[in-house]
Amino acid sequence: MTGFTGLFRRDLRLALRQGGDTGLVLGFFVLAVVLFPLGVGPEPAILQRIGAGIVWVAALLAALLSLDRLFEADHRDGDLELLALSELPLELAVLAKCAAHWVVTGLPLALVSPLLALFVDLEPAAIPTLFLSLLIGTPALSLIGSVAAALTLGARRQGVVLSILVLPLYVPPLVFGAGAVEVSATGSGERANLLILAALTLAALACSPWASAAALRQALD
Amino acid sequence: MAHCVTAPTSCPASGGGGLGWSAEPDLVAEEIACRRGERLVFTGLSFRLSAGDALVLTGANGSGKTSLLRLLATMIAPAAGRLRWGDVPIEVDIQAYRRRLLYVGHQDGVKPGLTPRETMAFWITLRSSEGAGEAPVLDAALAAFALDAVADWPCRWLSAGQRRRLALARLVATQAPVWLLDEPTSALDAENQMRLERIIAEHRASGGRVVVASHTTIGIDDAALLALDTFAPTFGDAATIGV
Repeated sequence: MTGFTGLFRRDLRLALRQGGDTGLVLGFFVLAVVLFPLGVGPEPAILQRIGAGIVWVAALLAALLSLDRLFEADHRDGDLELLALSELPLELAVLAKCAAHWVVTGLPLALVSPLLALFVDLEPAAIPTLFLSLLIGTPALSLIGSVAAALTLGARRQGVVLSILVLPLYVPPLVFGAGAVEVSATGSGERANLLILAALTLAALACSPWASAAALRQALD
Repeated sequence: MAHCVTAPTSCPASGGGGLGWSAEPDLVAEEIACRRGERLVFTGLSFRLSAGDALVLTGANGSGKTSLLRLLATMIAPAAGRLRWGDVPIEVDIQAYRRRLLYVGHQDGVKPGLTPRETMAFWITLRSSEGAGEAPVLDAALAAFALDAVADWPCRWLSAGQRRRLALARLVATQAPVWLLDEPTSALDAENQMRLERIIAEHRASGGRVVVASHTTIGIDDAALLALDTFAPTFGDAATIGV
């Protein structure tokens, strides 16, 4: 476990010290959500109807922004080789990196989402559900994204290939995440959606480290 | 503990005592071949690396020096033949085999945002399962390549040679009988090349083994030379390995 926490803390420290990732992701998230009211007009009825979808889609795209850097630096400077040869199984290394990635991208997204809910005039009753759905769903975004990031390692125009690979995989979290917020605005029923969302995150937690590690070994070969 | 460069008190405890690794079995390569993509790089390569041995890989660009090192480091699977640790094929316990290796590749693995001390501490935690990496080991490793003065600078301020020295300082910080070094002297000045040669000599004296790929002449006493050009495949080889 020392290797796991060591890697997690190193990645956090790097992210906080360079500071670019969190700022970029949050900035993109806020701007993308703010653009919608400007585009569709300040009609409260329309905004309220599509608000949950807007916030969730913007969160997906924002999470996508930082994915290409998940393994790229380690691949380029040789740390990935050291990780592959270390005591820490590569699957756990992937998990540690995903955890750090989530703390600097997914968690801030969930934290600012209540503020953004005001921009899209979301029902006050739906705001806790929005926060909760992002809190539960964003780990899945980091985990699923890690597979695509590992697969596209070293590819030309990695960011573009990565988006095409990963966005279809983001459909289930989007459907149930946005769905939970939508039904909570009208009354009850968000519990089922949130549970399915949690199940998706757990499935991603169980599967993606293996897939990512296999892809990383391929990249090292 | 002859492999330690600084005072004996700062030596890591896990090295196998005064004997070092003399009792460890040999690393044996049997008729190994390496394929990169469609191309067979070398084939029919055999050698035995006993305690205290040094193997210097020579050959033109593209003759497979790095490929052989990466193959020994288990990052590439051999296209034919196998590697044994003593009598045991390495696949039997690949983690135990990897624990015996220390690989310093082309790239230094240095992050611009971390300091040398943080970088080294991270590498030590990666290598040890039981929370080693205490300050004395770390300081000794940094001092071995005279990095103590820059230990708390961000690595982005380091020169290419200093980054290289930081990568090489892993040799002192972590304990492993087999060192795989890919162009270790690149970007090193004369003084630091001598430091490296001395550390390699001490490692071998305590029963360690070294495989080095190097273009420049590196002073390693009675090292075996392995000219990879002579293992380049002929026409018939490709057919037998099934390229």
